[in-house]
Amino acid sequence: MSIGHTLLGLLESGPRHGYDLKRAFDEKFGHDRPLHYGQVYSTMSRLLKNGLVVVDGIEAGGGPERKRYAITDAGITDVAQWLATPEKPEPYLQSTLYTKVVLALLTHRDAADILDTQRSEHLRSMRILTDRKRKGDLADQLICDHALFHLEADLRWLELTAARLDKLREAVAAQ
Amino acid sequence: MTAPAGSLLAAERLRKAYGPTLALDGAEFSIHPGEVVAVMGPSGSGKSTLLHCLAGIVTPDSGTITYDGRELSAMGDARRSALRRSEFGFVFQFGQLVPELTCVENVALPLRLNGTPRKEAERAALGWMERLEVDDLAKQRPGEVSGGQGQRVAVARALVTGPRVVFADEPTGALDSLNGERVMELLTEAARSTNAAVVLVTHEARVAAYSDREIVVRDGKSRDMERAL
Amino acid sequence: MNALQWTRDLAMGVRFALTGGREGWTRALLTAVGVGLGVALLLLTTAIPNALAVRHEREAARTDITFVDSAPLSRADDTLLVANVGTDFRDESVRGRELEPEGPRAPLPPGVAEFPAKGEMVVSPALKELLESDSGKLLRERLPDRIAGTIAEEGLIGSSELAFYRGADGLAAHLGSGRVTRIDHFGEADEREPLDPVLLLLVVVMLVVLLMPVAVFIATAVRFGGERRDRRLAALRLVGSDSRMTRRIAAGEAMAGAVLGLLFGAGFFLIGRQLAGHAEVWHVSVFPSYLDPSPALALLVAVTVPAAAVLVTLFALRGVVIEPLGVVRTARPARRRLWWRLLLPLGGLAMLYPMFGQGNDDGEFNQYLVVGGVVLLLVGVTALLPWLVERVVTRLGTGGVSWQLAVRRLQVSSGTSARTVNGIAVAVAGAIALQMLLAGVDGDYTKDTAYDVTRAQMQVSLPEDVPVTSAAAKFGRTKGVRGVDAYSEGYLGDRREDPERSTMLTVGDCAALREIATLPSCRDGDAFAVIGAEYDTDTEKLAAPGRTLYLDPSYEGGPKSKEIPWTVPEGVKEARPRIGPTGTEQMGFLVTPKALAATAGPALTGQIYLRLDESVPDVQDLVRNTAAAVDPLASPMTWSAVERNERFTAIRTALFAGAACVLALIGASLLVSQLEQLRERRKLLSSLVAFGTRRRTLGLSVLWQTAIPIGLGLLLASAVGVTLGAVLLRMTDTTVRVDWSGVLSMTGIGAAVVLVVTLLSLPPLLRLMRPDGLRTE
Repeated sequence: MSIGHTLLGLLESGPRHGYDLKRAFDEKFGHDRPLHYGQVYSTMSRLLKNGLVVVDGIEAGGGPERKRYAITDAGITDVAQWLATPEKPEPYLQSTLYTKVVLALLTHRDAADILDTQRSEHLRSMRILTDRKRKGDLADQLICDHALFHLEADLRWLELTAARLDKLREAVAAQ
Repeated sequence: MTAPAGSLLAAERLRKAYGPTLALDGAEFSIHPGEVVAVMGPSGSGKSTLLHCLAGIVTPDSGTITYDGRELSAMGDARRSALRRSEFGFVFQFGQLVPELTCVENVALPLRLNGTPRKEAERAALGWMERLEVDDLAKQRPGEVSGGQGQRVAVARALVTGPRVVFADEPTGALDSLNGERVMELLTEAARSTNAAVVLVTHEARVAAYSDREIVVRDGKSRDMERAL
Repeated sequence: MNALQWTRDLAMGVRFALTGGREGWTRALLTAVGVGLGVALLLLTTAIPNALAVRHEREAARTDITFVDSAPLSRADDTLLVANVGTDFRDESVRGRELEPEGPRAPLPPGVAEFPAKGEMVVSPALKELLESDSGKLLRERLPDRIAGTIAEEGLIGSSELAFYRGADGLAAHLGSGRVTRIDHFGEADEREPLDPVLLLLVVVMLVVLLMPVAVFIATAVRFGGERRDRRLAALRLVGSDSRMTRRIAAGEAMAGAVLGLLFGAGFFLIGRQLAGHAEVWHVSVFPSYLDPSPALALLVAVTVPAAAVLVTLFALRGVVIEPLGVVRTARPARRRLWWRLLLPLGGLAMLYPMFGQGNDDGEFNQYLVVGGVVLLLVGVTALLPWLVERVVTRLGTGGVSWQLAVRRLQVSSGTSARTVNGIAVAVAGAIALQMLLAGVDGDYTKDTAYDVTRAQMQVSLPEDVPVTSAAAKFGRTKGVRGVDAYSEGYLGDRREDPERSTMLTVGDCAALREIATLPSCRDGDAFAVIGAEYDTDTEKLAAPGRTLYLDPSYEGGPKSKEIPWTVPEGVKEARPRIGPTGTEQMGFLVTPKALAATAGPALTGQIYLRLDESVPDVQDLVRNTAAAVDPLASPMTWSAVERNERFTAIRTALFAGAACVLALIGASLLVSQLEQLRERRKLLSSLVAFGTRRRTLGLSVLWQTAIPIGLGLLLASAVGVTLGAVLLRMTDTTVRVDWSGVLSMTGIGAAVVLVVTLLSLPPLLRLMRPDGLRTE
């Protein structure tokens, strides 16, 4: 999961302090693993270096937590690119997908599009596996099946999320 | 957008309403000979309606469907029926085999509808049943065979006329995964061997994985994932 | 099994039937309408004997002219003179009486409040309506009297009976003519003429034949919607009811439909009863109040119908295993056995056999044996048909696709299809048998009248005091009359009183006389004696010129007659007999008008024979009007070549109507089950259409599917019907002759029912074949 893209995405709705960013992240994505403040600091400085964010203002008292960040045009493009690129199908990537969907909703992008793209990517993998399975022996079949079932689980999650996008949009907006 | 070159069956800007519900709202589709295309999407999204339109079972309210250079949407019911008898094959989820006919008679039915004499039709039917590994069920009635066997009989029936397009609407919907995959394997293999195109409506990823590409239907609009990328 | 459990399960079934949502209601309603129609028919049938009895009583209560020569009454203050002035209008009879009270205590006829004065009449409501209508104008000319009131219901035997009572005077002069009587009360002791045993046999068989299919129909009706019900039952099993409970719940559902059906039936019956008050069938009409089924029979219907519904359901579920996950019909039911099925009709034959050759003369048939035998024979049809259908369809080869679809379907469920056509088969078998019996005994009940309708088509008998020649002239001037032969007739005896030899005297002009005898030559003034006429022994002996004979001699015990002497004229010529228009040879003396002394006039009555131009509309009624104008007591009669026993005609028509009703009813139930079957197969039909099956193919397969079992049913029905008909004919000792027209017409009606049912099920079939059926969402 890319924390940098996530934080960038959160900045799209307006400039924030580093501390605000951490709170927003924890609220929306960090339910079981709150973000360590050091991570925010290091990530933001990397983004700053790459020109994806700028410092919008510094409050008196100094310290990194007092800096206000704003996203640049390059940053917005970077977020869009990240959202549009399907994740490599592999186990346990829901959290990344979830983040992408929520970010898309937050930034008023088409979340269904993200899911469709991801499905397509998954299916591409599944086709390859299915093909291997067809041509392979029993051991191949069993190994492929294992991967197929995991991918299928992801896909089911995708479908379910797609079906609940409207609800999710409401929930995200409410926070 | 015009139909991609070399496509066997293509649809453009299809609209179809059932009463107040808009089942298709500008859907597009195209398929090449020998290609297996999965039509995916949540239930109620209009994928079955798309299949029915493509197969000439229902006529869209607007839009065009071209099959082999001819405009399907302009044909009369009789010509479309004749086309379905001779050039299309169908597999549905369930309830498609005539319960009173034996399996071999069921498979032979499309041939007989085309006027093939009974003996000859049943011989051809038996050949296909062999390929689908259900020839031992020839004399049984559909009620006496398992769901997976029944679907294979249905696949044999869809292929018996040597169709150029096979339409399969949730063909594994009522089967467990092992049986479902076997049916898919046999269906796609057989279709590829005869260079038939397969339009496969499904909501199951593992079934869709037997396709060459998929299109997604959502709220009556289609999305061709290959071209979108 | 305790009764409480039974009641609980049945009650649960009833609840299911009534609270099953729209579908449950539709099913219950369908069953109720089906059962209701059956029940209404049952009630009507059971009410018919009562209706006929009431008619008979009413008729007896108003009887006046009895033709029984009891001691003639003499005039008193409680006597009434009644003249029969009944007439015909078109093909309807009008009952007519002239009334002349002779004292203040003269009896009033039933339904009449006050005697009509001369020039007035009271009429039945139907006649009133007719007289006031345009189509009754001709009749109004004949009955011009002022309408002073109407006859109440108790004086009529049916709602559309045409009847009138008219005031008169001077009737006493006609006493003894047979048309006028003096009475002191209306009504006769109820001496019911027992129904001829053969007619009774007919009525009994007819009731059985009509009621059997109704029973079969009710049995089918309680099974409407069976397949959906099966799924519901499976769901019940899933939540833990055991298989017996489930069956009882199903029976409860059927019972609910049947009870609802009873209510519907009562409703239909009441409506039908009111309608019956307006209807007139074969000149028989009834008042609604006549149609009261006897309480015992009604109670029987009320109890048997729901009970039968329960039993039929339990019986029908016999071969069905209701499992929690679905209903399994025992995959390959045991092959149907023939022997016990054959026992039924054979048993029926055995019951009828002892009555072979009993005929008309050897007393009455044992009604129980007749009913039992006929019922067994007809039930035999319902038992044999499933066997026959099964046997035949397993052997049927495969033809086209539609044929194959139909045959295969029949092979799988031959029982269902046989059940649906059972009703038709029974009805047709019974109707064929009856047709045969009717046609066979036709000869006995249809007399050839001797009338030669090519020579005259109407006859008018005039009362004694009406001069024949002027009357004949009036008829001659009537529109539509082509020729008139007028005669005056009287009886001659060799003595004034109690003559030993007697003969007839007929007066007419030469042309008229030539119609009834072969004359050597004829001029006015001639007289002839017909020698050698049939049954005539006396004329030759009396024909001595100059001998005095007496016209209208008196007989011992009777009133004194006119006893007018008549001398056999000199120069009487001999004539040869000839068969006259009445079909008999005229005997006695034939005299031209000039050869007859005027004194003979009063002893002669006029007979006028008319040749008509039947293309003139209402020509008979024009003649009747002339007759009424000549004299109210003149009696016109229309000749027909054959005369049927009227009761017999009524039975025959009743049979036709009954059979048609029953077949229509069964057709309706066929249609319902057909539609239901189609609905069940909606998904399949749609997928067949998807892969290009022609609508024609599916339509034809539906036709075959009905036509094959019905064809077999009709074949079996013809065989059983002809057998039963032959047996019945043997019983009545009549030559056995197959009435092919009857067989053809009944099987034809059966076949027409199939066709209509198929046609009616086509539109829904086409609708079901639309691709919407493929949509699963």
